[in-house]
Amino acid sequence: MIGLQHYLTLSAMLFVLAVVGIVINRRNLILLLMCIELMLLAVNFNFIAFSRHLGDDTGQVFVFFVLTVAAAEAAIGLAILVVLFRNRKSINVQELNTMKG
Amino acid sequence: MLHYYLIIVLAPLLAAVLAGLFGRQIGRVGAHTVTILGVGIAFVLSALVLYQLYWAGASPENLSVYTWAVTDGLRMEVGFLVDRLTALMMVVVTFVSLMVHVYTIGYMHDDPGYQRFFSFISLFTFAMLMLVMSNNFLQLFFGWEAVGLVSYLLIGFWFRKESAIFANLKAFLVNRVGDFGFILGISGVVLLTNSLDYAEVFGQAGTMAQQTIEVIPGTPWNAMTVVCILLFIGAMGKSAQAPLHVWLPDSMEGPTPISALIHAATMVTAGIFMVARMSPLYEYTETALAVVMTIGAITAFFMGLLGLVQNDIKRVVAYSTLSQLGYMTVALGASAYGAAIFHLMTHAFFKALLFLAAGSVIIAMHHEQDIRKMGGIRQYMPITYWTSLIGSLALIGFPGFSGFFSKDLLIEAVRESHWQGQGAVYWVAYLSVLLGVFVTALYSFRMFFLVFHGKERMDEETRSHLHETPWVVTLPLIMLAIPSVIIGWITVQPVLFGDFFGDAIVVTGKHDVLASMGAHWHGSLALVTHAVMTPVFWLAAAGVFTAWFLYLKRPDLPETIHGKFKGLYVLLDRKYYFDDLWIKGFAGGGRRLGQALWRFGDEIVIDGFIVNGTANSIGRLAAILRQLQSGYLYTYAFAMIIGLTMLLGWLIWLQ
Amino acid sequence: MTLATHLLSALIWLPIAGSLVLFLIGDDGDAASARAAAMRWTALAVTIVTFILSLGLVAGFDAGTAAMQFVERSPWIETVGVDYYLGVDGLSVPLIVLTTLITPLVVVAGWDSIKLRPTQYFSAFLMLEGLMIGVFSALDGILFYVFWEFMLVPMFLIIGVWGGARRIYATIKFFLYTFLGSVLMLVAFIYLYGLVGSFDLLEFAKAPLALGAQQVIFLAFLAAFAVKVPMWPVHTWLPDAHVEAPTGGSVILAAIMLKMGGYGFVRLSLPIVPDGSAYFSTMMIVLSLIAVVYIGLVALVQKDMKKLIAYSSIGHMGFVTLGFFLLWHISGESGAVLGISGAMVQMISHGLISGAMFLCVGVLYDRMHSRQIPDYGGVANTMPVFAAFMVLFAMANAGLPGTSGFVGEFMVIIASFKASFWIAFFAATTLVLGAAYTLWMVKRVIYGEVGNERVAALEDLRRREFFVLGIFALLVLALGVWPAPLVDMMNATIEQLVQQVALGKL
Repeated sequence: MIGLQHYLTLSAMLFVLAVVGIVINRRNLILLLMCIELMLLAVNFNFIAFSRHLGDDTGQVFVFFVLTVAAAEAAIGLAILVVLFRNRKSINVQELNTMKG
Repeated sequence: MLHYYLIIVLAPLLAAVLAGLFGRQIGRVGAHTVTILGVGIAFVLSALVLYQLYWAGASPENLSVYTWAVTDGLRMEVGFLVDRLTALMMVVVTFVSLMVHVYTIGYMHDDPGYQRFFSFISLFTFAMLMLVMSNNFLQLFFGWEAVGLVSYLLIGFWFRKESAIFANLKAFLVNRVGDFGFILGISGVVLLTNSLDYAEVFGQAGTMAQQTIEVIPGTPWNAMTVVCILLFIGAMGKSAQAPLHVWLPDSMEGPTPISALIHAATMVTAGIFMVARMSPLYEYTETALAVVMTIGAITAFFMGLLGLVQNDIKRVVAYSTLSQLGYMTVALGASAYGAAIFHLMTHAFFKALLFLAAGSVIIAMHHEQDIRKMGGIRQYMPITYWTSLIGSLALIGFPGFSGFFSKDLLIEAVRESHWQGQGAVYWVAYLSVLLGVFVTALYSFRMFFLVFHGKERMDEETRSHLHETPWVVTLPLIMLAIPSVIIGWITVQPVLFGDFFGDAIVVTGKHDVLASMGAHWHGSLALVTHAVMTPVFWLAAAGVFTAWFLYLKRPDLPETIHGKFKGLYVLLDRKYYFDDLWIKGFAGGGRRLGQALWRFGDEIVIDGFIVNGTANSIGRLAAILRQLQSGYLYTYAFAMIIGLTMLLGWLIWLQ
Repeated sequence: MTLATHLLSALIWLPIAGSLVLFLIGDDGDAASARAAAMRWTALAVTIVTFILSLGLVAGFDAGTAAMQFVERSPWIETVGVDYYLGVDGLSVPLIVLTTLITPLVVVAGWDSIKLRPTQYFSAFLMLEGLMIGVFSALDGILFYVFWEFMLVPMFLIIGVWGGARRIYATIKFFLYTFLGSVLMLVAFIYLYGLVGSFDLLEFAKAPLALGAQQVIFLAFLAAFAVKVPMWPVHTWLPDAHVEAPTGGSVILAAIMLKMGGYGFVRLSLPIVPDGSAYFSTMMIVLSLIAVVYIGLVALVQKDMKKLIAYSSIGHMGFVTLGFFLLWHISGESGAVLGISGAMVQMISHGLISGAMFLCVGVLYDRMHSRQIPDYGGVANTMPVFAAFMVLFAMANAGLPGTSGFVGEFMVIIASFKASFWIAFFAATTLVLGAAYTLWMVKRVIYGEVGNERVAALEDLRRREFFVLGIFALLVLALGVWPAPLVDMMNATIEQLVQQVALGKL
């Protein structure tokens, strides 16, 4: 029987994958954006799982919100990325350290 | 009488201001006219005051001029206390000052600072009069410091001369060391009596002596002893008592007239005057008197010895001044205040005479001061020769001369002062003053013979110009020679045995050595005729004879003696290393300490460590923290996740 | 609304208004132009009028009472109980007159030696004058604080714009040092406001306070005032600031701004936290004595004349703090008033003497562009009149009787002997040390053979310089010969202060 903990485990694995992706990825900015999306998906998974488990539909409504925001975020993120590429001719994460103190 | 006193004080001041500020306008003649006039007025009126007080039977006056400030119940005033002690000092000061003014016309004839010089010596007269006429400690301190200031200005009068400006700084600072004690003594007086007025303080002397001060916590000392010793430290500075004597020989860098006026006749005797004035306090404390006596004895004998090895004509006289000041101090310690003041007076005349005579020689020798380059001057300068002889005879106490009366009776008084409980102090003092007589005669006549007799050792050029100095120089010599001879004869009876000072000087019961001596007093003539019976006479004669033998009869001997007693000679030549102690020890040590405090304390510890250290450590901390700011997105993300985990972990841990 | 009832406001705002006028009109950058000259004359006129007005303060002052006089009070920020509240007593009047007296002299002293933006320079001094008078007359905590802090701005500009080579370092140091301290004073004010419900300084003095609170407040005040005085060991900004400041800046800094610290102690620390002051009085006395001895030794080895005088200022201000805090160590019935009177006289006298000394150095600096003692020697040969002034002020600095420098020292030494022999002993070392460092400098600068050809080419005082130094000399002598008017003016106030402080709040 697949219970709550299985969903949560899957969600946690997805989340950790995304974190690892963010931390060890030093090349591509697009990958970073995708990892963030992945995190949001992991969160969505939790929402749905708990919604089912607790019998409360609010969680599923939240998923829609999250999806909408994620879509908007992805759009803006990609737009910024395009502008960045135009300016610096690169989307290599390693080179983006103008914020260094 | 207040108007008289104000004129006496202000006439020299006004003259000094005129000559000093408007010297260019009034010219040389104007400058010396106005200052001589000012001091002359002061002298005439002072003599009048003395006449009123002694012969006309006026009573002493204690007047307030104006209130300087009042706060906290402490009245600080400016006022005059004029009794016979004061009047005597006023006459001595103004007379010597007048003579020096006249003399200066000749001595400073070619000097570009002519007006400035007259201004300064008039200012000095003002300051000295303020000192002696004061009726309170505040004004005493004012006069005390003001004479120090003028002395500073006059020693450094030739300010281009490096040795002169060194000497004046040294004189001022050593005097300041004395004043350091003096102001503490005055503070002590205020602590005990809450007053600065002499009359009030003396009135409370009895209660002062009952009180104690804990200088070292836990050991109460008699308050009067502490105060009197502190005041005496001031006197040690001003009257050049060992070990604060070092400035006086160097002060000879100044022009000779001021050596006569300030550093022989008047200013240096301020300390003696002050202790005599404070006799109502000193009488309560035999400990302080013993200290006074010991310091005086050391100065009288050991400073006299130094006079034996000096070759500068003025320095020989300077060391003799030190020694004579020591004599006066010993007399103070023996409670023979009258004898000290008497010696002060006779000394003022004959020492001023000796200095001015030395100055006369110096003028004639074209400012050569080394006695080894003189000799045989007698025939060229008869007036200077005879007046010098009078001065020297007075100094060594030759029977009949003024110094004889004062010194002989002073020594007698010391011998009589058996009340000193401390046997050692008594014997040290008595032997010092006794042997000092021999030393005095020896160095005085060593100088006299080397300058006026024997072979002419100056160069041909100088010899061809040698002649007697003009009348403005010789007149003061003669004028001073007269009292040097006769003043003792006339005044010894009233001053020492005739209750001249009245209430001005207080001596209690068993201390009163002069009274016990008065029982055997048979008049001046008897004293002179009995002189040959005393050891003092024979010691002086032996001194003169030795000088004659060593410097006229066998001039080769002194060199041999120097060779034999090399160590002693070096010790005397280096002045017992006191100069090294003060200059290298205290001045040098102070500078090194200051340097260390500045470089280490201010620059390294406070500025380097605390002030800039704070700024720097903030900077360093920031430098470490900025390492976290990599600029990479993933590190920030990672940091957020770690933070989140920790927050969650904390939440869970809380539950 | 008449001048008589608003005299203090007039004294504060007239110079500030003058300053703004000067600032707004400005000059054309040419110090020699007619416009710049007109501005100079305006500045001088404003300062002289201010001085004359301040004489009205003296004339109308009743020395017989310790109460505040010439009081002006109107609400300012009503929601938090801040008033525009001014008033003077015997402690503040002498300091106000000192301020109005020194400022015109400083304007005259900088007359044509300032080439860069002269109008702004004078504008800054006028601003400073108004603010300083404000500090000495404010009776509301916030008003006091505003004047106190705002004063830093013109001084910051004076040093930072017209200063020497290392002026930026010096200004930052000056600013941070003094600012850090005064913020704590504001915190103390706010705490007291919480108790009293207004910022009235006189109400603060009446508020009951526990010992612990008094100690904390005392330390907060100490942080503000000790830096300003300055006391050892927070003194190191002063030599740097003086060395870099232009002559006029040094004069104002030494003559008046340092007095703010001393004034703060008597106006705030002693009456508001008497028991806190008593608790820390031993520490204060020790720090004061360190200032006298340590700083005296340090001054001895300075080669820069301004630094030497700056250090001597610290030593002399040590006498001020010493006099203030003797109170609790005197067992007899008298002496405390003497100590505080002496300290106040010392403040006024030091204002005159150090101002004059800095002007003397300024006279030399204008000619030689050096402050280093070894660059001089034998100045008396070429500048005899100047040498006479310099020796006079040096003697005053060394505390010679007959000059004002003696009065305060004498009174404080006497009072400290009443407290303890050893306090008096260390205090009296200034007689030797003060004379040593001042006269040694005089020896090396003034006396001797002409040091070099630049000294040989020196010209003596111009009429303007003679006039300024002459006024200082007259004041120094007058105060030394007859200090009674000054002492009498302060007596009633100080007596009342001592009574109040001795009573304590516990």
